[in-house]
Amino acid sequence: MATIAVKDLEKVFPGAESATIKNANLNIKDKEFIVLVGPSGCGKSTLLRMIAGLEEISDGELQINGERMNELSPKDRDIAMVFQNYALYPHMTVFDNMAFGLKLRKTPKDEIKQKVEHAAKVLGITHLLDRRPKDMSGGQRQRVAIGRSIVRNPKVFLFDEPLSNLDAKLRVQMRAEIKKLHRQLDATIVYVTHDQIEAMTMGDRIVVLKDGIVQQFDTPMNLFNNPQNKFVAGFIGSPSMNFLPGKVIQKEEATFKSKSLEFAIPKDLRPGLKPYIGKEVFFGFRPEYIYDKQFEKSKRLSENMEIVVDSVEPIGSETFVYFHFIGNPEHSFCFRSDSQFSYGIGSEICIGVDIERLRFFDKETEKRIM
Amino acid sequence: MKQLKVQKIVFFGILGLATLIYIGPFLFSLSISFNADKDVFEWPIKLFPERFTLDNYKNVWKELPFGKWLFNSVLVTLIQTVSNVFFSALAGFAFARLEFKGRKLIFGLLLSSLMIPGIILLVPKFIILNEFQLINSYGGLIIPGLVGVTNIFLMKQFFETIPKDLEQAALIDGCSYFRIFWQIFLPISKPALAAVAIYTFQGSWNEFLWPVIVTYTEDMYTLPLGMASLRTELLTDWPLLMAGTILISLPTLMIFIVFQRYFVQGVASSGLKG
Repeated sequence: MATIAVKDLEKVFPGAESATIKNANLNIKDKEFIVLVGPSGCGKSTLLRMIAGLEEISDGELQINGERMNELSPKDRDIAMVFQNYALYPHMTVFDNMAFGLKLRKTPKDEIKQKVEHAAKVLGITHLLDRRPKDMSGGQRQRVAIGRSIVRNPKVFLFDEPLSNLDAKLRVQMRAEIKKLHRQLDATIVYVTHDQIEAMTMGDRIVVLKDGIVQQFDTPMNLFNNPQNKFVAGFIGSPSMNFLPGKVIQKEEATFKSKSLEFAIPKDLRPGLKPYIGKEVFFGFRPEYIYDKQFEKSKRLSENMEIVVDSVEPIGSETFVYFHFIGNPEHSFCFRSDSQFSYGIGSEICIGVDIERLRFFDKETEKRIM
Repeated sequence: MKQLKVQKIVFFGILGLATLIYIGPFLFSLSISFNADKDVFEWPIKLFPERFTLDNYKNVWKELPFGKWLFNSVLVTLIQTVSNVFFSALAGFAFARLEFKGRKLIFGLLLSSLMIPGIILLVPKFIILNEFQLINSYGGLIIPGLVGVTNIFLMKQFFETIPKDLEQAALIDGCSYFRIFWQIFLPISKPALAAVAIYTFQGSWNEFLWPVIVTYTEDMYTLPLGMASLRTELLTDWPLLMAGTILISLPTLMIFIVFQRYFVQGVASSGLKG
């Protein structure tokens, strides 16, 4: 139904020193589920509000279906928005809340009734239609808020952290429901969250934002496997990626050297790292791809790394082991171990990282090298 | 537990005493209004008159132009209350929610007018109204009290507590700003509107000073002024005066009882989180 194009979009709040959104460029395809994710204050909500028309666009262009939207007011953009705190009209019943937008658009009464009832059925809130918002639970209010947005059958749905006021269990359930709704509605959705798991599970593609700058716009798996910079690498994935600062030096072969750890860089990575010989880099490795050499024999692992276990966090299915490299207790790292192995605190073990999963980042630009 | 009980007793004691201080004179007036004797200031004060009568209440209507004064009072109060509620809500909404140039300056000027004692403004107000030939007319009684800064301030403060999301949701639904004001903000601001209404009603129903200044014929008097005119240097019919006073205070009392729940209800229970 709708494509969204964001072209060199900028937002500068009056009186602010720097721009909240800098030079954002996104091409959102029809029926795509796009998630904007980033730490608080990164501008993700501002970007969404600019698409909605609630914030003025300082510079650049916003197009929906190829048409310039900059000057149009929210009601003329054919969008619907679901707010974090639901923003239901407290003095109206659920039915009236959902019907309000249709009434303003002079929809015939029986059509309103039919549309509201249909939406209520889809969302399972038919029995709530006579209630007022204050007599409902958070999950029910959220459904009504979604219902209010779908009755109008808009081109684009915008969600602003809709699940963050719900408890953990309900959040997981609503997550699935919104996904399902997306398939049913065949609509373009832009969804804001600060929760990277929500982003990974829901989005067709994800926009990672930091300080108003789009860091990467890609599919969830690409963000995870091929992050373009250190920020994305650290932000996506839980527990997050480990980073160790060090240097690439030339011995008999290219070698990564830090205070506590030194290993020869595997052959496949050497050409890429060649320009960095003598330069400072970050070595990045995910907790998921660290293996205990004693048990893991089948994978191609990096050279031996000697570690000391600091603490363990068993979560049932697996265990998070926090450790430091021998000789460098200041830097703490994490690895994800099979829960069948148990490690005593203080025990020394030998680990290796899956060679395919070794990552290196430029220390200055934080861009990924390999 | 015991400490709590002691605290409770102390609180009730203090409240009881305060209530007595406030309600005492009222009860005394009430008793005088039913007294058939004209000499009411005998010591000790009698809370229950020896000769009980309703004649004072009848005489209020018979001997005085009470009906005319009542009409004047009702007219002035009604118009001022409605217009205060409407205009202060409108202005409060603009100050709380609309972006326009000079918003802060205008609001600051409005607020600063509160610092000037009302007495000082009496003469200028009189002169202005005189120029418009509104002295001793309904216009002169009503117009100066059509909107109050305190009320604007109150409404602005209240509107500012309404989450922005609500207004933005309405914008997306297709509301104009006036519709947002009319269909979203006003309905959920009943407690604040009630406060403004009661405040204005009370103030304008009991207003004495301004009617004294702006009217000079008996037929333009409002109730408080009419009652005050009963006090003469030589002879004051106290029971009659008190009967009138009690009658005057009834509407305020009733209004308060009716609207009280809006105060108790507190801030608008909203459809938002929490």
